[in-house]
Amino acid sequence: MSSDVLSTTVGGVLSTAVVDAELPLDDPRALAALSLIWREARLLDAKRYEEWDTLWAEGGEYVVPIDPETTDFAGSLNLMYDNDRMRRMRIERLTGGLSISATAAARTVRSVSRFTVAARDESEDSIEICSAQVVVGYKRGETFVLAADLTHRIAFAGDGPRIVRKIVRLINSEDAVTASGFLL
Amino acid sequence: MTVSPEVPDIAALVEDDRVAGTLYTGPELFELEMDRIFHRTWVWVAHESEIAKAGDFKTAWVGRRPVIVSRDRRGGINVLLNRCRHRGASVCDVPKGNGNGFTCPYHAWSYALDGTLRGIPYPEGYENVTEKKDLPLQRLKVGTYAGMIFASFNDEIEPLEDFLGGARLWIDRFMKQGAGFPIKVQGEHKFRFQGNWKIQLENTTDWYHFPIVHRSWMSSVDAETASMLSIMTDESAVTHALGNGHSVSVSVAEHVDLDVDDGSEKLQDRFSHVIEELSKDLPPERVRRIVRSLHGAGFNLNLFPNVAMSMSFFRVLRPISVAETEIRHVALGLDGGPEIVNRERLRIHEHFQGPFGFGSPDDAEAWNRVQRGVTGGADMPILVNRGLGREKPNDLGQPTSHATDETGMREAYAMWKRMMTDVK
Repeated sequence: MSSDVLSTTVGGVLSTAVVDAELPLDDPRALAALSLIWREARLLDAKRYEEWDTLWAEGGEYVVPIDPETTDFAGSLNLMYDNDRMRRMRIERLTGGLSISATAAARTVRSVSRFTVAARDESEDSIEICSAQVVVGYKRGETFVLAADLTHRIAFAGDGPRIVRKIVRLINSEDAVTASGFLL
Repeated sequence: MTVSPEVPDIAALVEDDRVAGTLYTGPELFELEMDRIFHRTWVWVAHESEIAKAGDFKTAWVGRRPVIVSRDRRGGINVLLNRCRHRGASVCDVPKGNGNGFTCPYHAWSYALDGTLRGIPYPEGYENVTEKKDLPLQRLKVGTYAGMIFASFNDEIEPLEDFLGGARLWIDRFMKQGAGFPIKVQGEHKFRFQGNWKIQLENTTDWYHFPIVHRSWMSSVDAETASMLSIMTDESAVTHALGNGHSVSVSVAEHVDLDVDDGSEKLQDRFSHVIEELSKDLPPERVRRIVRSLHGAGFNLNLFPNVAMSMSFFRVLRPISVAETEIRHVALGLDGGPEIVNRERLRIHEHFQGPFGFGSPDDAEAWNRVQRGVTGGADMPILVNRGLGREKPNDLGQPTSHATDETGMREAYAMWKRMMTDVK
């Protein structure tokens, strides 16, 4: 499948439809993006949130939607819909010691895999990677699993790859999702 | 009904100032609660905006029984047990939708939106055995007030308006946050905690916990919003017991009746972009009326046993087991109102509510701790005596105290005791 097909946009938003793209191993930007996503997973498991924040481009959008189909995040109720300000306040909340749920947060180990390139935008110098994330959490004698489809849009302008948009589509987003004091 | 020998003297479990810890942990008490409270009283199932059009339906729960709430072709609201009359399969498996009726996937018995049995495939085997008219989906009694839909398995139940009683004034006030527009549901957050349902029931009119549990949320909002909720030292923050287990606690006295505005309140700077946008089309007084309502009503209203109207959202509890409860936080908006207002309300809701909000996870952590801790001292009571010495009747005769006092919990437990010991 050619990258022309993959970069189809829907209403100005990069399509979140399933695409059967292979990972182009000959594209150094794809590898750099993967490397960033793996690093992100490690920082989130380690709860190194200040460091995690440096992976983001200014103006980055971080969304955990409820509606599995929606691309209109602003017009929908989401589990999370963060701009820079909200994301930084969230980091403060998770690290500041004032939140009892963050203090007692679950420990997590996550795998990110099944990478595909959903879009390559030459003019904006960005790439969109879809992947699967499985988070295993542990808190107070209980082990639980959360699974999600991730979409990262990563831009290469400036000093290296940065996340400009991350969408986390939990497979159970419309059902009860239990809070455990960590990030997806 | 026969009380099993394991159940202790229920009346002795609830005193005026304390309740037994076993109220959170006794599985036999939980079973009795389902029978004597959830399957006998009025239970909230939906808001009318969720089934606005003919054919709209949603699924819900009355206690542990699954139901469908539907709008039929004549505009009538039906609450139906989600159980086929043939062999018991659920006839609706999606949370919401629009259709002509419900067909059981097992043998295709089909039911109309009002539960009437319309069709039995291959009816030959039922000649002289079964009449369709005898086998509709079980219909619950339905009551509505101000767009709130309640249902009951109890055909003998008192009228909904009588049950709501002193809470009706506050429901009417709550709906004024529409600023002239009807209220509509804009989505919901859903999460569970490992604890008994009554722990959440208590929490809605417990302002005592707020500045402690929600320190991280308080530090994340602007000073104006935080000071608006300076409850601990605000003498106008009061709580009233409203009868029948219902209670209300006021957090922002100047927002109790949003139609009343003495003009002294400065609109919050955080909404300047909303004010600017609305001012293009609306006169200043209309803009002011809408913006003053953005945080919702200035109080939390708790309706026994399963729904609260909490500032700008509905808070619905569903008992799963004695030690597990599901919570839904239903976001509200203005039906036909300005889009920027509804979006701002979504962002406010996301900021506090749900499993990744800045508030709900801390509530859930506290509630989980209650359930864990209470098992450690089976003989020790749960105290609900805060403010007992300063509680006085208001001019309606309703027990009234400070918003941080436990007047609402005492009211809820008095109702619990009344319903649990009334076994006629």
